Amino acid sequence: MKPRFTALALATFAVACTDAGGPSSVTAPAAAPPEHLRDTGLDADGVLPFSPQYPLWTDGATKRRWIWLPPGTSIDASDPDAWVFPAGTKLWKEFAFDRPVETRLAERLPDGTWRYAAYVWDADGTDAVLAPRGARVELAALGAGRRHDVPAAGDCLLCHDTRRTPVLGFSTLQLSPDRDPGAPHAEPPPPGAVDLASLAASGRLVNLPAALLATPPRIAARTPTERAALGYLHGNCGACHDATGELAELAMNLRHDAIATTVGKASRAPLPHDPAAPRVRIAAGDPDASVLLGRMGSRAPAHQMPPLGTLVVDDDALALVTRWIAELEPQPDRRRP
Amino acid sequence: MTATKLTSAAILAALAACNTSSAQRAPDPVERGRYLVTAAGCNDCHTPMIMGPDGPMQDPNHVLAGHPASRVVPPPPAPEGPWIVSVSDTFTAWSGPWGVSFTANLTPDEETGLGTWDSATFIATIRNGRHMGKGRKLLPPMPVEMIATYTDEDLAAIFAYLQSLPPVKNRVPEPIPPAAPLAAAPAS
Repeated sequence: MKPRFTALALATFAVACTDAGGPSSVTAPAAAPPEHLRDTGLDADGVLPFSPQYPLWTDGATKRRWIWLPPGTSIDASDPDAWVFPAGTKLWKEFAFDRPVETRLAERLPDGTWRYAAYVWDADGTDAVLAPRGARVELAALGAGRRHDVPAAGDCLLCHDTRRTPVLGFSTLQLSPDRDPGAPHAEPPPPGAVDLASLAASGRLVNLPAALLATPPRIAARTPTERAALGYLHGNCGACHDATGELAELAMNLRHDAIATTVGKASRAPLPHDPAAPRVRIAAGDPDASVLLGRMGSRAPAHQMPPLGTLVVDDDALALVTRWIAELEPQPDRRRP
Repeated sequence: MTATKLTSAAILAALAACNTSSAQRAPDPVERGRYLVTAAGCNDCHTPMIMGPDGPMQDPNHVLAGHPASRVVPPPPAPEGPWIVSVSDTFTAWSGPWGVSFTANLTPDEETGLGTWDSATFIATIRNGRHMGKGRKLLPPMPVEMIATYTDEDLAAIFAYLQSLPPVKNRVPEPIPPAAPLAAAPAS
């Protein structure tokens, strides 16, 4: 046995000496999501519809959203800005352009990690199939060249892998019963839709500070235009542009309660070919000098914001944010870098 | 020598070999990063070239500082036939179907370089192929798919080396979009 033990010991040490090889972030894949949307539990008892008041723009897609929590579980809202969802939570979002084209699923697994999947609908809306590498759906009915890009599985993390919470549209502000009538593209809550009050009453949301139930959250704003503009930027930009994530180093916080800190700040990204191009992120009273609007109004891949998930400028939102910036009182001493 | 002694000697020898090998493969992260950056040719684009009698040479005062902001380039020549890519004399401005891209300042200057980044942001940038891990895609000629094959340990070493460089204040311009949107690739 000794020679065999020696060989085994040498083999063990050889393995111990071996480098991991390849990117260390590559780990054994979790179990694959179901191949068909119909097998994900969307028709199960207890699936609840909801509608965030400040939805993400996706080229005019109409959306429906649902959440399912395992029986007997609840969401911990101790931190109103970072809800903690129980293992087994599932959220779905359907995108439709005249007909459903895609449904996305986010699921919290038993080990606490999140798994994301996208399902592409067939043309007659009878089946939606998993598309782990993404897909391009032509939308001929909307005009020549219109299309919808379904994200590959890894692309989901670009927005959802935040350092705050991976669930972006189901939050204290988004589910406030005090909804903003000026919010662009907000769908009215469907029958049975949950909000802060109903979630807390049913025990599915716990530890939310009582003050937020007594007085539902509402963006502090001087005008309706400002309220809607801050809400739009919060919902469309603030998930990445905050003070905690990878973009914190930019010091460009676009969450609703911090956007004021971006007003008057110099842009770090000048455009070389246009000396007259804006140089201030948000120039109070001067939309033409505001880099933010240039980014919102561009769909050049290297320039546009958001950088993915949209191919068409949101003209309504662009007009809204333009009006808001024009309303702001100029701050001459902060207008130039 | 008994079998037991033989076994022990073999294990000790293996341990020694392992230790030696690990020491060789896990040097100071800054040195490891310097080696990886040099071997991968990062300087070829991120350090501006100056033209000398023997051709392009790296500018020793702007090591890995990206396209010099002072070098304002005119519009690139129009593509003609198969010649669709143009490069500035510094090798830091590149024109092609994607528009014009300028190589980034990788030095730790806090205002214009990577001085406020952390290692996680750098790794996310390479892994996702996007600026700061979440923004616009990194543009040609950045060989991001090749660099992304490095391990997290390698990328952390590269970042450690970059952070050890003298900071150079050089605000690299944003890329210039193409005049017309990129045409979809023809079906093959």
